[in-house]
Amino acid sequence: MQFIQLVISGIAQGCIYGLIALGFVLIYKATETVSFAQGELMMLGAFLGLAGMSMLGFPFWLAVLASIAAMSLFGVLLERVVIRPILGQPAFSIVMLTIGIGYVARGAITMIPGIGTETHTLPVPYKDQVWNLGALVLSAEQMVVIAVTAVLCAGLFAMFRYTRLGIAMQAASQNQLAAYYMGIPVKRLNGLVWGLAAAAAAIAGLLLAPITFVHANMGFIGLKAFPAAVVGGFGSLPGAIVGGLVIGIVESLSGFYLPEGFKDIAAYIVVLIMLMVKPNGLFGEKLRKKV
Amino acid sequence: MRFIFKTSYEQDIRLAKHGGHVFWYGLLMLALIAAPFALPEYWLAQLTFVLIYGIAGLGLMLLAGFTGQFSLGHAAFLGVGAYTQAVLTNAGWPFPLAMACAAVLAASVGVVVGLPALRVKGIYLGIATLAFGFIVEEGFARWESVTGGNAGLSVQAPALFGWSIDSSAGFYAICLVTAVLATLGIVNLLRAPIGRAFVAIRDSEISAQSMGINLARYKTLSFALSAALAGVAGALYAHKLQFLSPDQFNILQSIDLLLLVVIGGLGSIHGAFLGAIFLIAMPQLISLSKDWLPDAIGQAPGLQAVVYGAVLIAFVLFEPLGLYGRWLKMRTWLQMFPFYQRGMFKRQKSFQKSDRLK
Repeated sequence: MQFIQLVISGIAQGCIYGLIALGFVLIYKATETVSFAQGELMMLGAFLGLAGMSMLGFPFWLAVLASIAAMSLFGVLLERVVIRPILGQPAFSIVMLTIGIGYVARGAITMIPGIGTETHTLPVPYKDQVWNLGALVLSAEQMVVIAVTAVLCAGLFAMFRYTRLGIAMQAASQNQLAAYYMGIPVKRLNGLVWGLAAAAAAIAGLLLAPITFVHANMGFIGLKAFPAAVVGGFGSLPGAIVGGLVIGIVESLSGFYLPEGFKDIAAYIVVLIMLMVKPNGLFGEKLRKKV
Repeated sequence: MRFIFKTSYEQDIRLAKHGGHVFWYGLLMLALIAAPFALPEYWLAQLTFVLIYGIAGLGLMLLAGFTGQFSLGHAAFLGVGAYTQAVLTNAGWPFPLAMACAAVLAASVGVVVGLPALRVKGIYLGIATLAFGFIVEEGFARWESVTGGNAGLSVQAPALFGWSIDSSAGFYAICLVTAVLATLGIVNLLRAPIGRAFVAIRDSEISAQSMGINLARYKTLSFALSAALAGVAGALYAHKLQFLSPDQFNILQSIDLLLLVVIGGLGSIHGAFLGAIFLIAMPQLISLSKDWLPDAIGQAPGLQAVVYGAVLIAFVLFEPLGLYGRWLKMRTWLQMFPFYQRGMFKRQKSFQKSDRLK
């Protein structure tokens, strides 16, 4: 019973990792770059939700919608202002650029007097509700996380699989120049992808906020979502969720059964083993380039 | 404008290309040797830090700037070197021996990290090194019998042939000698076949491979050398701080090192030291400017992060060649006056192709 309880809490935590990893995978799948600012975008989303609820006095649903919309706008803007000028330069530049964006976002939030250095709780309607299922205790917060993650993942998967937009995004990621020649508006697509990824980050932030707290350093959880994305195979949306689940469950089990200290690094040990054994991840595509 | 008429290959690979080099680097050397006599204690300490970070930066520059493999866990190597040095020095080992051990141990750890590099590249490698960095940091915190855990570990002054060096000028001299040796070593390496192979791997793995370069061997070698330099820097760092705790070697330290090489200028030896100067001078400049700013901005705790991030973004956007690139442009402008053209350093855009198609 305890085992199942641990697994369930691992799944809920894993869904958070999966949600953040979705953002990585979205950007990677469509632009073949990696955003190290995803965790910070999540933090901004949570703060926006907090601002909407406690300062502007919005009802819950409006605050959620508003912060998601604001974040996606922010994502598009970010792409336009800083990412687009270096389109066509080595991937390394974008990594450094997003690290810089993360620094600025974290610092800027910390600089807001009275708010930035505190930890806050997000007043959500389902806070502290608990369902008892036999001997299992399911908290509503965790169930909401699991449900939203499943829906979001299915939606994004369908978009990449069946819509023109999704297929165009995949084409642009595989070869930008060829995609240009085929008449795909690569620049506009990149903007859209960043908007989508920022929206996904905002959702992750809003879901995570009731479980932990809202504070300026919550973005560091993004560093644990990297292993999730890698375990699942960087270019695969369902893989991100599965990877997140694997990481979450391993972490929760190792926190209980292994000596202290293993919980924090379990994710990284899993990812190192994964990279040694199967670098393409569980769902990664195997493609070969002919020279 | 200076024209060098080369008549032999010897001349092409000579370290000092012309008299100007000899003069200016000689002057720099003299200034550095005179520094302990001229500078007050505080500035000497800062200069020592610049040299230490410069050595670590050289290591990362070799890996990221010349071999094209980027590492997000370089603080781990720094930490391995620092803890090795601390433990061995406290056990009474002489300084040079302890430092050699620190370098060797860091290098062997580097080889272990380099192993995934043979199978993965690009971002996967970054994540492998990131993961490794976290594991090593946790290891420092948990292996309490050796590292002292989170309580920290104090380090004795370096001892050399029976006499212990506890003056800051003496320690500065050690750092200076190490930095000069490391720089000369790297410069030499880069004009040797090994260094050429590194650069070839950076520019194109496929063409390097078809020229007969053993990718696995050279990538591992690059990791090992880079880690060894970081280990040496870590050893000096341990003596400079005299107190070690695991959180000095966390992800932020790794990012600082990456910041150092990017701002200094990827792919230039000068860049490592220019970046180190930036990294050490920046907090000072920020605290100086605090008096000029309104309190709401100047006294806010996040100011440093914002400035670092903004500078990093600005460099990536406007000066991808870093501080050294900026200097190169200024020098060329002066040399060619008035014939400098704006597009001289413009790089061709390379449209991105999938990395997944290996």
